[in-house]
Amino acid sequence: MRDSLMALSRRSTAFLPAMGLIVVVIGMMFLNSRFLSLGNLENIGRQVSINAIISVGMTFAILTGGIDLSVGATMALTGTLTAGLLASGVSGVVAIVAGIGAGMVFGLGNGLCIAGLRMPPIIVTLASMSIARGLGLIYTNGYPVTGLPDWFGFLGRGTILGVQTPIVIMALTFVVAYVMLEKMPIGRYIFAIGGNEDAVRLSGIDARRYKVIVYLVSGVTAAIAGILLSSRLMSGQPNAGMGFELDAIAAVVLGGTAISGGRGSIIGTLIGALLLGVLNNGLNLMNISPYVQNVIKGAIILLAIFISRQTRPGAR
Amino acid sequence: MTEMQSSSALPLLKLQGITKSFPGVKALKGVSLELMRGEIHALLGENGAGKSTIIKIIGGIQRQDEGEMVLDGETCHFTSYRDAIARGIGIVFQEFSLVPDLDAVDNIFLGRESRNALGLSRRAAMARQAAGLFERIGVQIDLSVPVGRLSVAEQQFVEIAKALSLDVRILILDEPTAPLTPNEAALLFRVMRQLRVEGIGIIFVSHHLEEIFEICDRITILRDGANVGLTPVASCTMDHLVEMMVGRRIENSFPPKADTAERSVLLTARHLRSRSDAAMSDFDLHAGEILGFAGLVGSGRTETALALIGALPCPGKNVTMHGRDVTLSDPAAALKAGIGLLPENRKTEGLILPFSIRDNISINNLAQYTRRTGLIDRRKEREKTATLMRALQVKAPDDETATVTLSGGNQQKVVIARWLNRRCPILIFDEPTRGIDVGAKAEIYRLMRDLTGEGYAIIMISSELPEIVGMCDRVAVFYRGAISTILEGDALNAEEIMRHATSSGTKPVGPGYAPHHPIGPGAPLHA
Repeated sequence: MRDSLMALSRRSTAFLPAMGLIVVVIGMMFLNSRFLSLGNLENIGRQVSINAIISVGMTFAILTGGIDLSVGATMALTGTLTAGLLASGVSGVVAIVAGIGAGMVFGLGNGLCIAGLRMPPIIVTLASMSIARGLGLIYTNGYPVTGLPDWFGFLGRGTILGVQTPIVIMALTFVVAYVMLEKMPIGRYIFAIGGNEDAVRLSGIDARRYKVIVYLVSGVTAAIAGILLSSRLMSGQPNAGMGFELDAIAAVVLGGTAISGGRGSIIGTLIGALLLGVLNNGLNLMNISPYVQNVIKGAIILLAIFISRQTRPGAR
Repeated sequence: MTEMQSSSALPLLKLQGITKSFPGVKALKGVSLELMRGEIHALLGENGAGKSTIIKIIGGIQRQDEGEMVLDGETCHFTSYRDAIARGIGIVFQEFSLVPDLDAVDNIFLGRESRNALGLSRRAAMARQAAGLFERIGVQIDLSVPVGRLSVAEQQFVEIAKALSLDVRILILDEPTAPLTPNEAALLFRVMRQLRVEGIGIIFVSHHLEEIFEICDRITILRDGANVGLTPVASCTMDHLVEMMVGRRIENSFPPKADTAERSVLLTARHLRSRSDAAMSDFDLHAGEILGFAGLVGSGRTETALALIGALPCPGKNVTMHGRDVTLSDPAAALKAGIGLLPENRKTEGLILPFSIRDNISINNLAQYTRRTGLIDRRKEREKTATLMRALQVKAPDDETATVTLSGGNQQKVVIARWLNRRCPILIFDEPTRGIDVGAKAEIYRLMRDLTGEGYAIIMISSELPEIVGMCDRVAVFYRGAISTILEGDALNAEEIMRHATSSGTKPVGPGYAPHHPIGPGAPLHA
């Protein structure tokens, strides 16, 4: 039993997280009858979507052996920028493109510092987190931006063919990420850089270029999430996204991606984000205090890492 | 044996019937070893013969599958290196375990600093103790500088002093002379003789037969994980030793060289520097030849190759291929130009170890399999990988096998396959046979020769003289960071190479035995 379990988890890093998700879902079903209602499931999907989308960029960064701490602050900046432009009457396309563009600028800046100047990712993105947060506050003067056009609510609250828009956008983001990571050369390079950057470089691959792209992707997914959040709240909140980088890291790691890079999957990240969402939701339904929830979440992350280490190749 | 103390006929250490398997290989097939007090015992064998494994078992770093280890008449089972150290075993590995930023005193007492009542470390006492250790072995070391700034030889003495401070009874030296100059090696031998007089048993691993004849009492010879001989030094010859090690005459393992007829110049390299303070190196590379880069460890061979492909900065270099200037600013540019490097450290620089054979071969070839849509054509990739694995006879269950589980020879073939797939006309092999067993070595040699037959030009960097002499059509000999001469024809022989590698090439040097020669900055060997 243990052997076949190990074999499966070796084949796919997402296997154990998937089992974990199934166990948690079944548990929640028994603990609370409302859990499985369609309304509640949609609720979970909507709640999960924002964390899941920034976790995509985080997965890219962690797979290369890096990290992106700036995603939460980038969300706030891009969300307020788009909201601010919309409130001042700029056309929707321009406002959204500007928001995504701001995310790209931060991603590019992170990437160039990390890959070009060989600065450590954790410091670079810690600094850009501070810069993005500060710029968002300067831009809004610290006040929420309101007065957004009604159509903008479609992104965060509307539906497409009966499915909530944020869930559709999340699904599209994951499909694109899946194709990039699993079907295209860039995905191989990203995994390989995390596996052994020196070997990749000496085989004649411009590792720097792909590392820049990785942070660019992370900037873009953070921007998408930021715009979605503004739409859901129908306001640009300069203090939004606080601590979201930590939830994204948790989703990636719960999804079976090695924090040192080189091993993992985007499907695992989706499962990890869902796992966190289901836990949150279930604990809410059970009326467990948010304070206690934090403790439970932390304990579960530790447990997940412990289990995954036990089944990793080479573990005793 | 004459120098051994006969106070006790009981061996200090006795290993019997030691076996050890790793996934896919049986590294040791029942090895025995006996070490007496005050004996210097050579452990001799080709790379992959099992020397490292046996050392790790004695040191408690790995556990044998079967067999018995008896220390001083007492059966022992070490569960860790610490355990072995506590029982008086000290190992000086090729990779030193020193902390470069700490000085010799701190390194020697790392983790067991002597402290006063306040818990502060008693520097002066430790420094006195350290000085005593160095006095005991008769070497002078600057105790106040970080060991990273000491020469390799001096660092080795720090390692030895550290072992002595732990009351070592058995000292294992794993290829200690490889990075040393002859003078430094002579000093090391003096220290070893001193320790022998004190009754310490020394296991000495070396590929240099002259050294073994100079310093050792007995020799245990391993081949393919089994004992093939145990002999007192006094009663054997070098030829005999080589035969036992290799199992056949070495000349046989080199394929015949190609004829040295008209060859066109494929690449010219000018003004290469291995480091900013080294002299410049110039050379040409001809189509269809193997050009050797020979020299001592640290003589700038690898660095010059890295400078060529742009992996190390080298302002002012000038490279042409097919008569046209090429800019090789980084390895990616070199790849485009058609130069591939097979790095010295397969495991840390060549392969992405946890990844599959297929991933490792395709990594710089993905464009070849990528459809117009930007997606990878997996079937085409698998077919190509299978073809390459067959052509190079990579032994593995399938292309999904992780390269970490492969033997050294098969790992090397995977790296070779990567570059063949790219059809790079110039290949740089850095220590292509390091850690590869004898059979696979011959296969790699044949492969390299076949490649030159197809018009590939090869640069082979190697520390093994027989390999350089046996394989290369011409040899560039490095001395202190730059090429000092390029040998070909009759001048291409071991003596001539060694002469240029150890001196500026003007006069021949002797064995270099100088017991009281101080170790100093005279021979800049990098750590």
